[in-house]
Amino acid sequence: MSKIVEGLLYSDSHEWVKVDGDVAIIGVTDYAQAEMGDITYVDLPEVDDEVSQGEDFGALESVKASSELYSPVSGTVVAVNEALEDAPELVNEDAFANWIIKVQMSDKAELESLMDAAAYAGITG
Amino acid sequence: MKYYDKLIFELSKPGRRAYTLPAAADPSASFSIPSGLLRAEAPALPEVSEVDVVRHYTNLSQMNFGVDTGFYPLGSCTMKYNPKINEEIAGMPAFQGLHPLQDESTVQGALEVYYEMERSLSAITGMKHFTLNPCAGAHGELTGLMVMRSYHASRGDTARIKVIVPDSAHGTNPASAAVCGLSIVEVKSNANGLVDVEDLKPLLGPDIAGIMMTNPNTLGLFERDIKEIAELVHGCGGLLYYDGANMNPLLGVVRPGDMGFDIMHLNLHKTFSTPHGGGGPGSGPVGVAGRLAEFLPTPKVEKGEDGRFHIVDDAPMSAGRVSAFMGNFGVILRAYAYILMLGKQNLAMAGKLATLGANYIKESLKDAYKLPIPSVCKHEFVFDGLIDDGSATGKPGATTLDVAKRLLDFGYHAPTIYFPLLFHQALMIEPTETESKETLDAFIDVMHVIAKEAAEDPDILHGAPHNAPISRPDETMAARKPVLKYWDGIS
Repeated sequence: MSKIVEGLLYSDSHEWVKVDGDVAIIGVTDYAQAEMGDITYVDLPEVDDEVSQGEDFGALESVKASSELYSPVSGTVVAVNEALEDAPELVNEDAFANWIIKVQMSDKAELESLMDAAAYAGITG
Repeated sequence: MKYYDKLIFELSKPGRRAYTLPAAADPSASFSIPSGLLRAEAPALPEVSEVDVVRHYTNLSQMNFGVDTGFYPLGSCTMKYNPKINEEIAGMPAFQGLHPLQDESTVQGALEVYYEMERSLSAITGMKHFTLNPCAGAHGELTGLMVMRSYHASRGDTARIKVIVPDSAHGTNPASAAVCGLSIVEVKSNANGLVDVEDLKPLLGPDIAGIMMTNPNTLGLFERDIKEIAELVHGCGGLLYYDGANMNPLLGVVRPGDMGFDIMHLNLHKTFSTPHGGGGPGSGPVGVAGRLAEFLPTPKVEKGEDGRFHIVDDAPMSAGRVSAFMGNFGVILRAYAYILMLGKQNLAMAGKLATLGANYIKESLKDAYKLPIPSVCKHEFVFDGLIDDGSATGKPGATTLDVAKRLLDFGYHAPTIYFPLLFHQALMIEPTETESKETLDAFIDVMHVIAKEAAEDPDILHGAPHNAPISRPDETMAARKPVLKYWDGIS
């Protein structure tokens, strides 16, 4: 059973969002990292890149597979977690502590289309 | 097996060499190379004697595993034996010494092989025309999709940008479609492991360029609804692409052209017994229905009224060139020799024997390995891990990876594992027609031994291989922190 954190929002493509004012902090869920296996590379966007809800902004690569990362919100990338460039294993170690990007949201109403922890537990249980 | 793990660089001693050259007539000659392009230092190449080189590579080659050394049931790869007569013919000086820029009047024999091979493949597959230019299976896929795009574009039908790919497909299918600028839509398999026609119907529309299918699919199952699928896809204006990776069981029995496919590729290196593994060289000829012939890549070989063969490059509707010349001729030649050696009747036996062998192994092992889809298979089938993985002992259970690693201890190449993605513990076995009943029985016995070991003490499997020169490399570390050079000084 993978870990799910209360108080975060979730997409059906297994990203989590922590809302901090107008900024969305985005990572992948524990379920996603477990499904991927040992992650060997995180393909990150650049600061100032535009992202759109449901569109890919990067990718995770593991020994088993490569999987795209889909942005749960639209907006502008204001920070990327550069630590993941040299230590992609951080995502395996703690998927919730190691965020991937931060996005200045252009439309906070999009958050309403995301799931809460209980709903997300429903699709991964 | 002798253990040998040296790099050729480790054998190097300064000044040691296997040749002597006469002194240069003019040591100051510069050959007009601009000074900016000249090396300041000699390259760090290994310096070794002839016997060092011969022993080094002979030792390495003896650590290799190939179809010439043992049973190689690598699913979806069709590792059939490669008859040595193919090599003898491909090694004939008259073929080996050819240059692709020779005048066509001096290569009439080679062009005839090319021309006749196209016709043989047309007869075998029911496709009207072939190009032999693509150099591998995925290259064939890309070529075929380029033909598909060119066809739609020629009709002004530019909205067709999506390709439907089943969830059981080879990963190259969506990859080739993406490289060709098309987007991918997945169609699900039903409980019988076949394309779900009801799931397919709502996907069809004016934006569909076509569907890519492998038949039999990667579960080794024949897509029984192919006629209905062909009607539905054609009905929406799309084309059907046949991935020929699994053509082996159908040779001489069923033709993709008759099933309704418009474009296909063959893997000569699988189905027609040319060596493969280790990355090539391969050959992925593409065949098309008559109405698509004008979109095939160039150059092609045509036969004139005088009986002479010509290389033709003039094709205004062609999707373009896909290789520098006309594909991997040596591979085409081997495959042509194979087809002529077997002839029509024996080709039809090949697939039937491959199918018989696969079903024999499947039925013999289903008491020890989970068989997710119990129907008759074609040339290959998929287990979903062990029935008893040994977790009842309190130790972690043995996985498909562990079974595959343990097989190495018994002198077998492992089957394909963790593909297709439909099952979490997929173990895909393809014996091919060239293996005797004795070989199959010996393999079945070993698979039973491994299943028994797993049930009693899964740690035996976790630690495998115990007898190989290298046990389990750290694949994760190798991917995270690859070391790609021998010296730090190499930039």
